[in-house]
Amino acid sequence: MATTRTTLAARAPRTIGVLLAAIAALFAIVMLTAGPASATTGADDDPFRISGNVQLDGEPLQGVHLTIDGPGGKQEVETDENGQWRVGVPEKNAEYSVTLDETSLPEGIAVVDPEDDTPNIKEAQVGAGGRVTVNFFIGEGTRNVTSFFDQLVQRIVNGLSFGLMLALAAVGLSLVFGTTGISNFAHAEMVTFGPVVAAALVSATTLAWPLYIGLPVAVLLSAGLGLLLDVIIWRPLRRKRVGVVQLMIVSIGLSLTMRYIFQFFIGGGTSQLPFSTTEKIPLFGVVQMSIVDMASFAICIVVIVGFALWLTYSRIGKATRAISDNSSLAAASGIDVDAVVRVIWILAGALAGLSGILYAYFRPGLKWDMGAQVLLLMFAAVTLGGLGTAFGALVGSIIVGLLVEISTLWIPSDLKYAGALVVLIIILLFRPQGILGRRERIG
Amino acid sequence: MSNNSSARRPKSKATTTASQEPKAPSAADDTHVMPSKPVERAKSTGLHIGEAAPGVAKVDPIIVADGIRRTFGGLTAVDVEHLEIPRGAITALIGPNGAGKTTLFNLLTGFDKPDAGTWIFDGTSLSGVPAFKVSRMGQVRTFQLTKALGLLTVVENMKLGAKGQKGESFWQSLIPGIWRKQDEEIEERAMELLAKFKLDAKADDFAASLSGGQRKLLEMARALMSQPQLVMLDEPMAGVNPALTQSLLDKILDLKQEGMTVLFVEHDMHMVRHIADWVVVMAEGRVVAEGDPHTVMRDPAVIDAYLGAHQELDLGVVTGRYSADAADSTTDAAASTKVKASDLEAAGMAELEDTSK
Amino acid sequence: MDWLQIFSNSASSILSPATMAYALAALGLAVHFGFAGLLNMGIAGFMALGAYGYAISILTFGFPWWGGVLVGMGAAAVFALILGIPTLRLRGDYLAIVTIAAAEVVRLLFLTTAFDPVTGSADGLSGYHTSFRASNPIPAGTYGFGPWTFNAVDWWVRILGIVALALAVLVVWRLMASPWGRVLKGIREDEDAVRSLGKNVFQYKMQALVLGGVIAAVGGIVYALPSAVSPGVYVTSLTFFVYTALLLGGAATVFGPLIGSLIFWVLQTLLSNVLPAMVAAGVLPFMSQIQASTLRFILVGIALMLLVIFRPQGILGNKKELTFVK
Repeated sequence: MATTRTTLAARAPRTIGVLLAAIAALFAIVMLTAGPASATTGADDDPFRISGNVQLDGEPLQGVHLTIDGPGGKQEVETDENGQWRVGVPEKNAEYSVTLDETSLPEGIAVVDPEDDTPNIKEAQVGAGGRVTVNFFIGEGTRNVTSFFDQLVQRIVNGLSFGLMLALAAVGLSLVFGTTGISNFAHAEMVTFGPVVAAALVSATTLAWPLYIGLPVAVLLSAGLGLLLDVIIWRPLRRKRVGVVQLMIVSIGLSLTMRYIFQFFIGGGTSQLPFSTTEKIPLFGVVQMSIVDMASFAICIVVIVGFALWLTYSRIGKATRAISDNSSLAAASGIDVDAVVRVIWILAGALAGLSGILYAYFRPGLKWDMGAQVLLLMFAAVTLGGLGTAFGALVGSIIVGLLVEISTLWIPSDLKYAGALVVLIIILLFRPQGILGRRERIG
Repeated sequence: MSNNSSARRPKSKATTTASQEPKAPSAADDTHVMPSKPVERAKSTGLHIGEAAPGVAKVDPIIVADGIRRTFGGLTAVDVEHLEIPRGAITALIGPNGAGKTTLFNLLTGFDKPDAGTWIFDGTSLSGVPAFKVSRMGQVRTFQLTKALGLLTVVENMKLGAKGQKGESFWQSLIPGIWRKQDEEIEERAMELLAKFKLDAKADDFAASLSGGQRKLLEMARALMSQPQLVMLDEPMAGVNPALTQSLLDKILDLKQEGMTVLFVEHDMHMVRHIADWVVVMAEGRVVAEGDPHTVMRDPAVIDAYLGAHQELDLGVVTGRYSADAADSTTDAAASTKVKASDLEAAGMAELEDTSK
Repeated sequence: MDWLQIFSNSASSILSPATMAYALAALGLAVHFGFAGLLNMGIAGFMALGAYGYAISILTFGFPWWGGVLVGMGAAAVFALILGIPTLRLRGDYLAIVTIAAAEVVRLLFLTTAFDPVTGSADGLSGYHTSFRASNPIPAGTYGFGPWTFNAVDWWVRILGIVALALAVLVVWRLMASPWGRVLKGIREDEDAVRSLGKNVFQYKMQALVLGGVIAAVGGIVYALPSAVSPGVYVTSLTFFVYTALLLGGAATVFGPLIGSLIFWVLQTLLSNVLPAMVAAGVLPFMSQIQASTLRFILVGIALMLLVIFRPQGILGNKKELTFVK
């Protein structure tokens, strides 16, 4: 332990100084060249439209269910009494897929098109005009229905992908809580930071670096953010012995500040990282994943496994677990708590940034408050698995991811996050310490 | 004051063993009176029926507990087959750290749920009754780490202790006319109690500004506001400076005088010998011995578990630090002068080597 | 820069329904967090229930406006009960997570297209003002002076808002000065101590949760009264802003929430006028007017951090009485 302390302590001031200077310089360049407001303007209401008509032999069909998927995520809509439907979408010059749910058509009626294998799914391009209409040929015929099992499998795969991505961020959140006792609301913004910086580096309108350089640098910068926050906020407050509730409120203020700084620089709309809309390749059964999806999955697994090994076998990893368990005892046995906590913040920053980048490819889309959307899911995952344990966060994230995706088989997809949150509340009733947590002794 | 408080309850039928002689106001100890020695008050005797063994029945029990078990993970914290606490007497609950004393307290007062077991307080079953209800039924407790509410003033702390306040109900509190008079009466009573505990001068100060010992007194005074039948004190002497100890002891004896029953946890053997009428010894979650203070200390089971040998000796005399005149009144000074420190040491080492085989 | 207009706008915001709504929400949160020590991160959910309860009962069920108010308050009370029963036994940070999750679930339920006919989903609800306007006793016309010149309907809204606020302040003040308030203060500091004195701690916390929730719901109603109900308003940022207003004024005081909300809103209005004007005048280079608007929210975040670190008791509070400060 003494070696850890002297090594870290000796390296610390020099390295930190250099790192900070580098980060500051890079950040400044990136932000200045990024320029104000992105290409897509507008506030939270999506400004562009996809609409359509569903009729059978000239008669409008009411209550037909459609799903529109694309930048900004999935939306669901139903036809009104005139057989008309419309949704708002965040981007123009982008492609969306419109799926008509044939089970919502009357009996014996289906979408028919002799030239199309899946006539109930259409691709729509929202052009420069910002509006597009999609119509389906309705007539008598048999339906294209994916079996329940196939849907389940697809959703399990999606859920696993999402869960692993969530795990990257949740693990950092849990370790921060375990070692410092802070419920860090600003973790959401640490997640958003990754893709924001990545976009500034790799997008065609700014520095246009190639992906294989830009993305790793973005992750490094995220690590730097974690370090920066520990240096200027968290460690001084720890020294001042500020209470845990106060620290939580500080993290809320930090979350607000960072969120609106992002909005200041990238505006209120959604933008995309390069290669975010690639076509889906059929894998097995009905399961389809794009190259980006598969790469993301692989990256998650590699990073998580690597992190797990580090946490279990490395000296700092063991020190981390010791501190999470009992920080005074850890300090008394010679562990430099401050140094380990600093390493945790750096790692949490890096993991959050990476998670954010992958999330930006998953949604797909990068938005100033995208982190806030998953903050609650991260808390849910961490609490489910057991506050303060990294493996608990991993287990909890996968469960949350699966829950979120599989629940869409039964509940409307815009309520899928709500489903996971309700399960969180229920679990807290019966087992507040989570799956892997330990029950605390009273008195 | 009569020696034997059995005037208030039926005499015990069974005769007790010879060591159960009523302890007369220590005539033998008068030769070793120290300047600050308190006025001796008589102990209650004749509390039990039959031989003094763990779980022995009491003549007039206020608590009867059966089969209480509490485990944490794989560890059995409490495993008490049968325990009765005598009414109107001061009972001490002693035992090494981790014996389960505070856990037993928590269980009996409703702050924790046992895995199994039932217990009756004054004829009413208390198993499954939540802590606040237990308190309302006349059983009040203090905590090992004093819970004087620092952000309230002393007198506010006291007023919190009173039972049956109309102003504490949500709707009634909106109309001051309903509760104002009662609140004033409660405040009067609070000030009286504070005067008894010599805290009246501090009535309007925040409790956080009191010293540790004063906070202990406040906690005790506050507990008395509800006019309880049974007062349970968890290590009342912990962290209190020795000068204040005597005052606290007197207060506890006063409680008994006013008809309350006291059950307290302590580590300080001298205090236990001073004021306890009955001693229950716990070790590893079980009751290993019961009896009056003197006999219990000599019980081999207790010595093994907790006290270590030679409790009757004053080590200050044995090691020659001071003479027999200055020995502690509760020890056997004469015997202490006859024992040599080196012998004790050798015996101890032999035992250590014995057990390590 | 038209300073006169800027100050006029800011002054007028002292009496705006938004300010009153924030004051009510902050007062409700003061009962939860300041007095009872409950870390409620879902106050926006209570406001949403008030507003939606009001609007839905008028639009879908044809209630008169005061019926809508009662429904809104009732909905908040029921929500508090449902939320409280399982969660009031949990430790502080668990309560924070559960309340923020619950508020988000409420918002998502109002946002989902599944309930669109009743909730209007993303479009929200409007057009529920008829019965409210019909009950206005003030004859049509414009009254007031200077920046506080409003028409009859606006005055009706403001008068009701002030009355609601005054009632809420009275109730909270009376409660906290009574033995009930004393018990709550004790619970905030140490539940077990109060439990050992025979008080039903769970009941007190539940009463505090319901009371604060109902007050916050009235805040939501006042906010929606003159305009419309939109789900995009009741996000977690709203909860965070209310916390800022509350901490600014003094979390464990009765008048702190009012002062905090007043200062918060007037400053916000001032900045939302000044900053874009400064950009237009060229005083603030390197940013657009939209960005200047965003700047004020950045300042809120920074203000919250500084406030909770350096002056957690706010303007009116007493540091010695705070339990969340170490």
